[in-house]
Amino acid sequence: MNLDFLLQLVVNGLIVGTLYGVVAMCFVLIYKSTQIVNFAQGEFLLIGAWVCWWFMTEYRLPLWAGLPLTFAFMAIFGVLLQIVVLRPMIGQPIISVIMVTIGLSMVFQALMGWIFGVFAKPFPPVFEHAAVNVLGLQVQSAYLMSLLISVVIMAGFYWFFKHSRIGLAMRATAYDQQAAQSLGVSVKQVFAMAWAISAVVSALAGVVVGMVNGVSSALSFFGIKVFPAVILGGLDSIVGAIVGGLVIGVLENVAEYFDSQWLHIGNLYTVAPFYALVIILMIKPYGLFGTRNIERI
Amino acid sequence: MSALPQVSAARPVASAVAAAPLLAVDAISLTFGGIKALTEVSFEVRPQEVFSIIGPNGAGKTSLLNCVSGRYRPSRGRIAFKGTDVTALRPNERCHLGIGRTFQNLALFNHMTVLDNIMVGRHHLLKNNFFTGALYWIGGAQREELEHRRAVEEIIDFLEITHIRKAIAGTLSYGLRKRVELARAIALKPDLILLDEPMAGMNLEEKEDMARYILDLNEEWGMTVIMIEHDMGVVMDVSHRIMVLDFGRKIAEGAPEAIIENPHVKTAYLGADVEMSVVADAGGPA
Repeated sequence: MNLDFLLQLVVNGLIVGTLYGVVAMCFVLIYKSTQIVNFAQGEFLLIGAWVCWWFMTEYRLPLWAGLPLTFAFMAIFGVLLQIVVLRPMIGQPIISVIMVTIGLSMVFQALMGWIFGVFAKPFPPVFEHAAVNVLGLQVQSAYLMSLLISVVIMAGFYWFFKHSRIGLAMRATAYDQQAAQSLGVSVKQVFAMAWAISAVVSALAGVVVGMVNGVSSALSFFGIKVFPAVILGGLDSIVGAIVGGLVIGVLENVAEYFDSQWLHIGNLYTVAPFYALVIILMIKPYGLFGTRNIERI
Repeated sequence: MSALPQVSAARPVASAVAAAPLLAVDAISLTFGGIKALTEVSFEVRPQEVFSIIGPNGAGKTSLLNCVSGRYRPSRGRIAFKGTDVTALRPNERCHLGIGRTFQNLALFNHMTVLDNIMVGRHHLLKNNFFTGALYWIGGAQREELEHRRAVEEIIDFLEITHIRKAIAGTLSYGLRKRVELARAIALKPDLILLDEPMAGMNLEEKEDMARYILDLNEEWGMTVIMIEHDMGVVMDVSHRIMVLDFGRKIAEGAPEAIIENPHVKTAYLGADVEMSVVADAGGPA
């Protein structure tokens, strides 16, 4: 039945949407605290997935051991990236920084292709059943796990920024670096921490997507899909990123439905988020939750 | 400012006069390109002193304060705090040593509540990190949190901002925001607090309150204060010693009554012939 199909797609959309939301949150975290638009966000997923895949196939580690190792690797990777590549860019024009992150994205893609090959490789099976039946809908076990993890991560982000003192220091730094520094907050540490958290959480998303679709360079496309989500939610809003992710996830799946049922354009699934991106930029450039630059006189 | 708490001009400093200086600034110069903002300025601040810096606009007062707080690094000279050389330290490192500050143009985190603003000031006193914080209830993080909250509440009481503690900082009036900024700086529990025009843009009543807070901070909390202020009435009443800057140079330093009598100060700042002195020194930085 068509309605079942639509429902199935919407559920898929919501699940993939939470993943978009999580990655978008990571993107926003970096943008908010360091004012860097990170075009290499998708590559964080790619690297994370490949590293985890490598731990699990090369050393035959189970997921529960491979994942923490991947996180440790990504945390160090994020910090190093910030210190070596992006710290020297502080104070440079924004366009230069953007070019650097685009360059990073290309380098990482090529590097991963060189190390692990260009063909998609499947993750070792983690779950007994690849898909489970929830209320008559087929849902990938990995997606179910991802949904759970995503919600936990989102709650964790919320708690971290609202209630932990380090989160408070990060918010303070995002708003006014000079003032935060005068209060004893180390801006360097905050920047490094933002990149580390962003890399770790993105890697987790990468692993989940890799479990469903296999690991390949297609993963980095996730990073581009996140742009419509972030622009929709507003570049500097964590809540906006989640909402944007969900909307884009559902949107592309509904687009798929219309495409397959009536339009038959083919691949509307892939382009629909970017139509949305263009429309949002035209009518609401700050997104749903973004800060407008208000001039106070 | 007759309604100010009447403090005699020769207000005794709580600590022994001969105590080692808390802050020693030794011949610092600061240049921006070809402009000399500060030229060979030296001074010492003793523990528990209220030390005011006055001078005409553009004299380099804020630049000097920025050198002490670490926002600017002087091109020459050295700054010692509690006997250690801090010239090369970053602002956040100096903050850990016990230097707090407020800004001339308010630098509050406008989107946060008053309480959160002040809590940021407690940041450097925080022992728990991300991981122990995750074990909130077990690791003692909760106890630490409560301790901090108590300290913060004490400050809130002291500055009489209890009624606005949950308000978003950006929505408050200018005078209140100045007070919140002071609260945030005090939350650091600094030994030395730098106040950049704490009374600018305030009405008479707010100025009186602020003067009282500064006196209490100094006398009851034992904080050493360096203050830039234009209101001469307040400066004369509150300060133990005053330094006068003009065109980036120190032209006088001493007790309030001596400063008033100083002929250099009269021409440069207090006297009527301000325009004359500007013309005479037209070669200097504006």
